[in-house]
Amino acid sequence: MGTYIPSTDQQKQEMLEQAGFSCFDDLYRDVPEELKLKEELNLPDGRSEMEVKRFMKALSNENTVYETVFRGAGAYRHYIPSIVKSVVNKEEFVTAYTPYQAEISQGVLQSIFEYQTMICELTGMEVSNASVYDGAVAAAEAVSMCVTPKKKKVYVSKAVHPDTMKVVKTYSWAYGNEVEELDLKDGLTDDEGMMEGAACVVLQQPNYFGLIEDISSLVEKAHAKGIQVILSMNPVAMCALPTPAEYGADIAVGEGQPLGMPLSYGGPYLGFMATNSKLMRKLPGRIVGETVDHEGRKAYVLTLQAREQHIRREKASSNICSNEALCALTASVYLSAMGPQGMKEVASQCYSKAHYLAAELEKAGVRRIHSGDFFHEFVTECADPEALNEKLAAKGILGGMPVEGGILWCCTEMNTKAEIDALVQEVSR
Amino acid sequence: MKTLFERSVSGRHCTILPVCDVPECTPETRREKPLRLPELSETDISRHYTELAKQTFGVNDGFYPLGSCTMKYNPKVNEDAAAMEGFTEVHPTQKAAQGSLRLLKSAEQYLCEITGMDEMTFQPAAGAHGELTGLMLIKRYHEYNGHTERNKIIVPDSAHGTNPASSSMCGFTVINIPSSQDGCVDLDELRKAVGEDTAGLMLTNPNTLGIFDKNIKEITDIVHAAGGLCYYDGANLNAVMGIVRPGDMGFDCIHLNLHKSFSTPHGGGGPGSGPVGCKAFLSDYLPGERIVETDGKLAWCDRGEKSVGAVRGFHGNFLVVVKAFAYLLTLGRQGIPEVAKNAVLNANYLKHLLEKHYEVAKPGICMHEFVLTLENLKKETGVSAMDVAKALQDYGIHPPTMYFPLNVHEALMVEPTETESKETLDNAAEAFLDIYRTIKENPESLHDTPHKSPISRPDEVNAARHPKLRYHFDD
Ligand SMILES: Cc1ncc(COP(=O)(O)O)c(C=O)c1O
Repeated sequence: MGTYIPSTDQQKQEMLEQAGFSCFDDLYRDVPEELKLKEELNLPDGRSEMEVKRFMKALSNENTVYETVFRGAGAYRHYIPSIVKSVVNKEEFVTAYTPYQAEISQGVLQSIFEYQTMICELTGMEVSNASVYDGAVAAAEAVSMCVTPKKKKVYVSKAVHPDTMKVVKTYSWAYGNEVEELDLKDGLTDDEGMMEGAACVVLQQPNYFGLIEDISSLVEKAHAKGIQVILSMNPVAMCALPTPAEYGADIAVGEGQPLGMPLSYGGPYLGFMATNSKLMRKLPGRIVGETVDHEGRKAYVLTLQAREQHIRREKASSNICSNEALCALTASVYLSAMGPQGMKEVASQCYSKAHYLAAELEKAGVRRIHSGDFFHEFVTECADPEALNEKLAAKGILGGMPVEGGILWCCTEMNTKAEIDALVQEVSR
Repeated sequence: MKTLFERSVSGRHCTILPVCDVPECTPETRREKPLRLPELSETDISRHYTELAKQTFGVNDGFYPLGSCTMKYNPKVNEDAAAMEGFTEVHPTQKAAQGSLRLLKSAEQYLCEITGMDEMTFQPAAGAHGELTGLMLIKRYHEYNGHTERNKIIVPDSAHGTNPASSSMCGFTVINIPSSQDGCVDLDELRKAVGEDTAGLMLTNPNTLGIFDKNIKEITDIVHAAGGLCYYDGANLNAVMGIVRPGDMGFDCIHLNLHKSFSTPHGGGGPGSGPVGCKAFLSDYLPGERIVETDGKLAWCDRGEKSVGAVRGFHGNFLVVVKAFAYLLTLGRQGIPEVAKNAVLNANYLKHLLEKHYEVAKPGICMHEFVLTLENLKKETGVSAMDVAKALQDYGIHPPTMYFPLNVHEALMVEPTETESKETLDNAAEAFLDIYRTIKENPESLHDTPHKSPISRPDEVNAARHPKLRYHFDD
């Protein structure tokens, strides 16, 4: 057993006595006797470090790590530069608390300030918060920014990630908003269902099926009806496609996982949120601002806290307290290592490789089910995705995501031409 | 310190990607706005963050008695486990993930045994997220029982700000009740507050004053008798795990902060993990899927239509659960209560040392933390809780939580945790004593502490009045 308790038995006894107790049980005098556990917990014995490591290694070995991945569907395998891991493993960043004490937290605060700047640069929006739990929650929180007691209707495109749809619905049910799904035409959001009087619409670019939506036109139609637009966008795609701001979105959100976070069976990931200055005071969560200290030196602090739960309690814009700070740091380091050229290159390779795969599949007689252009994911017909994926798994390949009407493929810069060619061979065989 | 953007030199870059090995093509409509990310060498990046790390106070930089946050040591073996390829390189939707499923299932079993709950979800990504989820279970339960009129959540004034905020987000009206003199729930106030419209009660026990509420069973009985459910904010579980269980105190659902009691690091404000556990009668309402075992194989399985849906994508902050699970394996049956007892011992010992000079908000035994009140000291000397907190920084100590709970004036909330040695506590007491001497001799000098940190106190009013929330480029 290990406990990480440094005091020796003798020291513990001294401390007990000095504080006026004779034994440990005395410390729990206030706990009603009848509530206390009568027996030890029904759990295994504690273990030594070596045993723990062996146990965990064995568990992790029960997971399959695929050599090649052709699946995205909300979680993307990108190359993570070595510097990223090295920086985010620094003990100070890993172990610090939320930077309430600005004087001894300038490092984390500045890193968040830099992160906010990069999110603004990626999205083209004016303000960013310090992160929320993930992309799906970011969309749900954005909905809360838009609804009012008079406008509680929310449209969500059927082409957003299924988890985004679920989380928006769950949050909306809890708060009392009404969600209506927007139908699709050829895999793209159909604006016909949008009526005046709704608070907002949630769209995704590229959408869940990888398709590039005509966001500008959707925004125009939504705005004409007084509906605000929440655009969930892949941050890598932002480096090639128009930005959420260029599309005219009111709130940009998304899943930041592609920015240097490993797949990790789904988390920790990073929800980013950015908007215009008009909506700034409705943003949930932490925000870092630049100010000066008493000597006039540049200083960073958590600011606009009048929005937050610890000040406003039940009137706060959100309940969020801890967010995903270390993931935000990860994204900043990743974006710094890639730089503007590197990010454009990632975006370009994603797009090019996915298009190469689609073209090769087409040559082999495997057709796409949609006609519009796509970014780095697309759906092809597939009679039995499960069976196909089993066949691919035997070759060390994680195949596409089964979706209605076929299978959703993804390419990133990680997929070599040789891998793509091999995949096409397997799929068409 | 310069920002990354000020360090940027046009044309500088790292060499990360190989050239594209397929024909290149581009989308039809493209981004117009220039992509102004910093242009840096790896040396630049490495030095920049090393410099930032130096200006960041982590658990290993010194004593961190931040009340309510349980800043215990973050064991390295947990980090090693979470860095294993078999965990990091696994896609959230892949079927071949028996290891991940087994880990989540086992962690659930451990935590249910510790809390006295029957089932758990790991979807919530932090404590507040767990609160919202737990409240959703309560809402769903009443809806399914046809009691939509039950729309009020009772929250004591000592509660953490996330409790009332989560209640509002869940569409409930918050009924704040004052605590009694001893900082515990005032039973009369509670009896007055409950009724036909009560959805439930949210409670932290030990409470935010570090006191175990003796009347806990009566409290939960009163709420249940009125038809409400009881929610346990597990932020303070470190004091009682292995000793007494929320389930046995009468709570119906709970959240835990794996980033507090279960030793996973805070990361400068996340990622955390806030699993929600509940009694069997609520388990169908839990969000996300349930792990089911058939013929020795585990798989995700839909919970059915009663489920509230999902509160996060995929399965939550999985790697954080990996770390907490490594910790649970290490502690085991005997280690869990051992940790609690020593957390309580350390708090009582430090309280004993400090109460010679500082006033404790509620005298008597404390649990894992205690709250000082500097109200009288401030009246006498003008020195505030903030001044003392800032002065502690110059002693290499992270300040306690300030101005919380709200029912104590000039509060400093001290939580030493069990991973600190007697020497550390003795040294901290010395620092507090030294500051006390300064308060008596030269109180004015404390108003501009700290002196040793990279900056002095920041102008927060200016920050909020003239928000500068991003770096602005010259052009
Ligand atoms: C009593 C209490 N409840 C809830 C929370 C919220 O936890 P988190 O920051 O993980 O959302 C905290 C954290 O500070 C807390 O101390």
